[in-house]
Amino acid sequence: MTEYTLPELENIANKMRLHVIEMTYAANSGHPGGSLSAADMMAALYFSFMRHDPSNPNWEDRDRFVLSKGHVAPILYAALAESGYFPVEDLLSLRKLGSKLQGHPVRGKVPGVEMSTGSLGQGLSMACGIALAGKMDGKDYRTICMLGDGELQEGQNWEAAMFARQAGLTNLIAIVDRNRLQITGDTEAAVGLEPLPEKWKAFGWNVIVIDGHSMRQILEALEKAANAKTRPTVIIMKTVKGKGVSFMENNAGFHGKACNEDEQRRAIEELRAVIQ
Amino acid sequence: MMWDKLAQRNFYGKALAVLAEEDPNVVVMDADLAGSTKTSEFKAVCPERFVEVGIAESNMIGIAAGLAASGKTVFASTFGIFATGRCWEQIRLAVAYPKLNVKIVATHCGITVGEDGASHQALEDIAIMRAIPNMTVIVPADAYEAFAATKKLAATQGPAYMRLGRAEFPAITEPGEDFQIGKAKVLREGDSVTLVGCGQMVAACLEAAEQLEAEGINAEVINMSTIKPFDTETLIESVKKTGCCVTAEEHSIIGGLGSAVAEALCENCCVPLERVGTKDTFGESGKPDDLMAKYGLTPADVREAAMLAISRK
Repeated sequence: MTEYTLPELENIANKMRLHVIEMTYAANSGHPGGSLSAADMMAALYFSFMRHDPSNPNWEDRDRFVLSKGHVAPILYAALAESGYFPVEDLLSLRKLGSKLQGHPVRGKVPGVEMSTGSLGQGLSMACGIALAGKMDGKDYRTICMLGDGELQEGQNWEAAMFARQAGLTNLIAIVDRNRLQITGDTEAAVGLEPLPEKWKAFGWNVIVIDGHSMRQILEALEKAANAKTRPTVIIMKTVKGKGVSFMENNAGFHGKACNEDEQRRAIEELRAVIQ
Repeated sequence: MMWDKLAQRNFYGKALAVLAEEDPNVVVMDADLAGSTKTSEFKAVCPERFVEVGIAESNMIGIAAGLAASGKTVFASTFGIFATGRCWEQIRLAVAYPKLNVKIVATHCGITVGEDGASHQALEDIAIMRAIPNMTVIVPADAYEAFAATKKLAATQGPAYMRLGRAEFPAITEPGEDFQIGKAKVLREGDSVTLVGCGQMVAACLEAAEQLEAEGINAEVINMSTIKPFDTETLIESVKKTGCCVTAEEHSIIGGLGSAVAEALCENCCVPLERVGTKDTFGESGKPDDLMAKYGLTPADVREAAMLAISRK
C-alpha cells in the first residue's frame, strides 16, 4: 500500500470534501456539514491506517469500518470511491432512484459498506459484534466505528460502551466527531454531553482527545489506539462542522441541507484553491 | 384428550445444546435471562460461544448483527415483549434490512406468562415482527416442534423470529417429525369448518374439533406454525372444501395469525372468518389457565367461534 505524506493525506481529504459538495448539490439533499468535519479522519483511515483491499472488499482479514453516524454517507462514499471500491463518477448518483448510493449506507448494496446504518445510536453495538467475532476467531483485524457527538444522546451507545469494556474488545476503536452541533444547534444547549472524556473514562475506555483537523494528531491517535492492550479506545476528535468551506463552518444550517447553486460554486472555488 | 405437557423453552435449550456440538458457527446470546429462556443449556456446554449482554436488548440486537456479518449464526433470546417491542427498530435496520443471519427466539410469549401480568405478556409480537420485510416468523405448536424448528433455523440463512411460551403446552406432534419453514400441516381432515391455529392454540383447535365431532360436525385442523412466509395454498385448499374458517392464537386478533388468514382469504377465497385471540386488550396477572379462560382462549371458545362461522356460511 502506498505510504502517503501528511500533506498528501490532507489533499485527499479536501478532494473528498469537494465530492461531498458536488454529490449533495446534485442530489439537492443530504448532510454535508458532518461529512466535512469527518473528512480528515476518513482520509487517514482509508489512505493510511486501515488494512483493506478495494479489489477484494470481503477479504477476511480486512479492518472493518462502521459508520454509526450514517447520515454522513457522502463522506464514506467519497472515501470508498477515491480508494477504488467503485468509480468516482458513480458518486453523482447519490440519493437518486435506483442508485446503490442510498441516503444512508446499506450493507450489501455498496462494496466496502459493512453495516446498514442511519438510525442513530446503533453502530457501536454492531461494531462490538464484529470485534467480538474477531476475538472468537483469533483474527487480528481492527474494528473502527465513527460516531456523531449528538448521537451520543442515544442510550444504546452507553450499553455498547459497557459491553465493549466487559468483553475486553481491545480491537475496537470508537471515533467521536465532536463538532458540537446537532440539528437543533449546540449539543450542550440540547442535552449536554460534557464532560465527555470523563464519561468514556468512567465506562472503562482509553480516551484520546485530539484536534480532528490535524493529520499528525489523527495518525498518532490511531496508532496509539491500535496498540491498546487492555481496553477499547475512543478518539474524541474536536472538529468544525462544515470544515473547509468558510460559510459552512460552524453553521448548523448545513447539517442536513445541500448548497444552492451560488453556494456550491463558492464552495467548489474555495476547495479547488487548496487542492493540489 | 391426553397429551404430555412439555415446555417449549426446555426443548429450545436442548436443541441449542445439540447445535453446540454440531455447528461451530452458532453463537447464542441472552440478556440476563438465560436461566429462563434455557439458553443456559448452550452456555453449559459451550461457554466460549455464549454471549451475555446484560439487561440491554437493543445492544444485543446490534451485537448480533455484527456477529452475523462476521459469519456467525446467531440465536438471540430473551422474553418476547423485550425481544420484539424493546428493540423493534434495531431488528428492522440492523438485522432484517441487510438480511443477516440472526434468529431472535423469544420465550414467555402470550398471556400464559401468567402472574407477571400485562407488562410481560407479549400479545402483539407476531404482528410487529410480521410487518418487517425479510423476516420469517415461526410459532411452533409444541415443544417437539420448537426443537425441530430450532434446528431447521440453524440450517437456514436469514433473519427469523420464533415465538415460544413459558408454560407447559400439550405435545401434539411427534418427536423427530419433519418441520418445514413455510409449510402448514393439516392435522385432521374435515369438511364443515377449517380451524387454523398456531402455538398452543393448535391443541385447543384439536380439542374443539373433538367436541364438534360429537355434535356431528367435521372440522379440519391446520397447524400454521409458520406465520411468514404464509402457506396460502394449504389454507385456501381447505376453505374451498369447508366454506368457513376460524383462527386461534394466544395473541391479539390484530396483526397476527388472524390477520394473516384474513388477508389470504380476502385475496383468494372469501369465506366467513371468526378470530379467536385477545380482543384489543392488555392482559393481567393470574394463573395461566384462568387467564386463558377469562380472555376467551379455550377449546370451548374455538368451538363457539366455529359454530358462528358455520352459521354465517
